[in-house]
Amino acid sequence: MYDETGNKPGWQSLPRGGVIKRPGSASAYETGEWRLEKPVYNTEHCIQCFLCWVYCPDSAIDVRDGKVIGVDYYHCKGCGICVQECPRTGRALDMVPEGDNK
Amino acid sequence: MVQTALEKQSGSGKGTALSGNEAIALAIRQVNPDVVAAYPITPQTDIVQYVAQFVADGQVDAEFLGVESEHSAMSACIGACAAGARTVTATSSQGLAYMWETLHIASGMRLPIVMAVVNRALSSPLNIHCDHSDSMGARDTGWIQIYSSNVQEAYDNFIQAIKVAEDPEVMLPVMVCMDGFLVSHSLENLQIIPDEEISSFLISTRDQSGLLFQPVTFGAMDLQDYYFEHRRQIIAAMETAKGVLLRTGKSFKDLTGRAYGLLSGYRIDDAEIAVVVIGSLSGSVQVVIDELRSEGIKAGMVNLRVFRPFPVREVASALSRCRAVAVLDRSDSLSTGGGPLFIDVRSALYAGPESRGAERPVIVNYVYGLGGRLVSLDDIRRVFEELKRVVSSGHTTRLINYLGVRE
Repeated sequence: MYDETGNKPGWQSLPRGGVIKRPGSASAYETGEWRLEKPVYNTEHCIQCFLCWVYCPDSAIDVRDGKVIGVDYYHCKGCGICVQECPRTGRALDMVPEGDNK
Repeated sequence: MVQTALEKQSGSGKGTALSGNEAIALAIRQVNPDVVAAYPITPQTDIVQYVAQFVADGQVDAEFLGVESEHSAMSACIGACAAGARTVTATSSQGLAYMWETLHIASGMRLPIVMAVVNRALSSPLNIHCDHSDSMGARDTGWIQIYSSNVQEAYDNFIQAIKVAEDPEVMLPVMVCMDGFLVSHSLENLQIIPDEEISSFLISTRDQSGLLFQPVTFGAMDLQDYYFEHRRQIIAAMETAKGVLLRTGKSFKDLTGRAYGLLSGYRIDDAEIAVVVIGSLSGSVQVVIDELRSEGIKAGMVNLRVFRPFPVREVASALSRCRAVAVLDRSDSLSTGGGPLFIDVRSALYAGPESRGAERPVIVNYVYGLGGRLVSLDDIRRVFEELKRVVSSGHTTRLINYLGVRE
């Protein structure tokens, strides 16, 4: 949340009491920057069972047209649950260190 | 029997003998809350009982939530008040302690909840009688604290508290404190304000910031980048509250003829020696001051009504001409640095550039009345005797004293 000059607002211009007036603001928060390891998705081995989508605590599995297409790295915190639950662990989903572009 | 007395009051405008708890219950009915969520605890129990009765009898159009604990009581109040409801509650002692974390949430969310606190000692040892340990322990929770010396003040303060809390420039919760048993269970001749006058006095100025009026998020995570700013807002609101308290006191005087400020002085203007008190002891102190004055001793008193926000300048100004001051604390900070009132009063005497180089009064602390220990007029006379001795010798022998404790 930045004002028109690109600065964060001071206490005199913020809404009272920490109230957030715009709905859905959590999606704008980049929790992905907390990640130390990341799940890497490989569509060739994915059987579209959706277990990763069901178990992901951050709704960070991207789905389009009824199919899993990858991981939303803006929100994924790197917990690894999707990889743990994947029936094809290590192939359809694999955990790699952050920064490793395997 | 009590119910009969409460019923008799309706609209007469004459004095009616009511206890402090009855007066608060009556005030709760008259301020017409939307929600009351409360849990009974001695010595506040009557308040909850009477209010529940009022609601059951249809005498007030409020939702009464009989919750399972004080933590739940305050949590329910927070939810109701966030929705936009006029919300009140009451508690004492362990109940207030049990509310601790939710007290901060109420003030942090800027919810104008008004709570009667019937002051009682804290365990352990278990004790049901009056001291100020409970509310003093909550003095830095971001709640405005107003203290009452008698039944009339408790009633008047509760009504004014609604107006102060809901002021758009304030929007902070308020505790209205009165001494357990000493005020809560004492009968006094109460001047009751007619319902319709209270209604017009309290026409809500609250803005439509509640959840019923707009879909917003309350209580979101607020990390390093915003938390400080939101806390700074509370400090600003506390500062603003001083003016709003005074303005509300003035309009209340226009309505009733009874004046309320941040503090009241008794024969303080030309006093050489003075005591600072909070609550019901002020009545006994006035008796002693009158006796001392008849002996030619220039004694006076400052009775603090508003403890949070602390009226720094007003306290310093009221005491500036005194040569010796005793601060009487009905609780101890257990810090070895004296009681909470003493600590703040002494600090106030050092506040602001005007105090620089000025001659400050010698100041001493008396902790008294813990767990309901009675204070006699002789005890108060002993304090003034010590102040006289301080004036003649120019110094104290002991900074922090315990009045009426057995050695």
